[in-house]
Amino acid sequence: MSISEGTLITPADFTGAGSGGDVSERGKFGVFGGRFVPEALIPALDEVAAEYEKARTDLAFIREFDHLLRTYAGRPTTITEVPRFAEQAGGARILLKREDLTHTGAHKINNVLGQALLTKRLGKSRVIAETGAGQHGVATATAAALMGLECVIYMGAVDCERQALNVARMKLLGARVVPVTNGSQTLKDAINEAFRDWVTNVDSTHYLFGTVAGPYPFPGIVRDFARIIGVEARRQVLELTGKLPDAVCAAVGGGSNAIGIMHAFIPDEGVQLHGYEAGGRGLESGEHALTLTAGSIGVLHGSRTYVLQDDEGQTVESHSISAGLDYPGVGPEHAWLKDSGRATYHGITDAEAMEAFALLARTEGIIPAIESSHALAGALKLGRDLGPDATILVNLSGRGDKDMGTAMKYFNL
Amino acid sequence: MTTLATVFEKARAENRAALVGYLPAGFPTIDGAIAAATAMVEAGCDVIEIGLPYSDPLMDGPTIQDAVHRALENGTRIADVMRTVEGVAKSGAATLVMTYWNPIDRYGVERFARELADAGGVGTITPDLTPEEAGPWREASAAAGIDTVFLVAPSSTEERIGVVADCCTGFVYAASLMGVTGARESVGQAAEGLVKRTRPHAKVPVCVGLGVGTGSQAAEVAAYADGVIVGSAFIRRLLDAPNEQEGLRAVRELAAELAEGVRR
Repeated sequence: MSISEGTLITPADFTGAGSGGDVSERGKFGVFGGRFVPEALIPALDEVAAEYEKARTDLAFIREFDHLLRTYAGRPTTITEVPRFAEQAGGARILLKREDLTHTGAHKINNVLGQALLTKRLGKSRVIAETGAGQHGVATATAAALMGLECVIYMGAVDCERQALNVARMKLLGARVVPVTNGSQTLKDAINEAFRDWVTNVDSTHYLFGTVAGPYPFPGIVRDFARIIGVEARRQVLELTGKLPDAVCAAVGGGSNAIGIMHAFIPDEGVQLHGYEAGGRGLESGEHALTLTAGSIGVLHGSRTYVLQDDEGQTVESHSISAGLDYPGVGPEHAWLKDSGRATYHGITDAEAMEAFALLARTEGIIPAIESSHALAGALKLGRDLGPDATILVNLSGRGDKDMGTAMKYFNL
Repeated sequence: MTTLATVFEKARAENRAALVGYLPAGFPTIDGAIAAATAMVEAGCDVIEIGLPYSDPLMDGPTIQDAVHRALENGTRIADVMRTVEGVAKSGAATLVMTYWNPIDRYGVERFARELADAGGVGTITPDLTPEEAGPWREASAAAGIDTVFLVAPSSTEERIGVVADCCTGFVYAASLMGVTGARESVGQAAEGLVKRTRPHAKVPVCVGLGVGTGSQAAEVAAYADGVIVGSAFIRRLLDAPNEQEGLRAVRELAAELAEGVRR
């Protein structure tokens, strides 16, 4: 059986030049990753890992995923050059990878469709997921509706409030949304609650993890399903400009959109990789989500990675104007990319992100997600550093419709 | 200092299971936890697990989450946990620390093991530390002369039970059901089978926890396990008590009921 012409994905696209996280290394990225979970979940994690190992080399599975990406998610997504926006970036050439144009409006759909197919292979009828901004929740509810799976979404009560529109979307799609009222009532607590559900209902349920964090095998699986972003973008930039970009920029919360666009470029030594974390009200304020730039190595949600924690290992609450980046941990592969020097991570404050958010809307007619606006703000700074000859690829990971409530307040609209 | 080996030897000599009680340090207050655990020992607990309050207790149900949250609000630190262990160990119970992995990882494995041993602690239970990641902790614990207890679950395969049991000293913790901590109407049906499957692999006693909260449940579990572990039910007594004196009376009463249960 060969892959038919016109498909997006080949088996090689799934793994690419791996930086770790595969079966052979038991999910390790250098010292990062691994598994720190209750023993009760080990068989379920083993089952997911084993089934995924079979699926990712199974041409029938790849075809089905590919078919959904093309006919349902709207892939391939285009790249858009944004010259008027780039005037503020020292004249560097800026290209946006338009994940905002996918069905449901963010890159999350890629991973969700892949894992929903995996759920069916596992013979499970129920999916649960955590969500911060609500994008992963909406995407999961969408895939569950499409495939006839029962769906429960855990969402911090604070996030339910600031992303009320997405809560309504999930409900309309048939999901049950459970507001989580313990701890900081944001993404990290939603993840805790989803794990509690999973350990109780593991026979019927797949935990459709939304980012490249968590215990093995999640970081590798989510990365592989999001990897299509960079695979496409690399071809598109080559086609448009005749060369690879000088830099790739993405926002980093848990890190799935960032790994998604970066991974295909890891072997391209000349391509700089830049991740932008939420600087919130600034490092000194203590109200930020600068996990990689200001955190320390620890264990959170099942893997060893960088964590915002105090001197005794208690998780410190994060802050960001964007719910999707408001997370005190980060995927272990990013921790590894940071320590190996292959990628560089920076902070972008709420104010800088909102400025870029408004600038892209005014100059290009594109309203980005506030999450993605952190990468846009980063690209503006990077462009000034790299000069007018540089080409910068930015992952526009999602659209800003969901953020209008925040924008109305912030800009007094 | 009473060791786990001594406790289980004594229980076996009396032809009964050991009674293990859990309370988080710092709940309801630091001294209040020492007083409550001491009362539990006086009324019949052989072993006390002192919980190290952690911000992200992902295998705990609402009762322990609530208690741990209050302990953290009270500003409970690792030094307070050590002081609690020291206070409780004086009561004559074998005293362990039950903790998620990150606090030990951050504090430093050797430092934590040494300070726990110095405080009179006899070991740790680490529910989210898998054998694959446990190497440094087992070494540090062995060097400090403290036990390492890990968990098996109803979902564990034979192979997995073998791997976990090999890492356990002191005892093996068998989780009675698939789920989070908390008292339940009945103890999971899977518990007895799990204990049976664990026995051939275990060089140490096998204790059952999760969902046990009454004397009759304790008696039921004591029929096939070497120890019965109770946590949330004690915390529930303290949460429901109008004042500290009433709380102490209530935990004492529960410990006595459970102690009678393991002797039936």
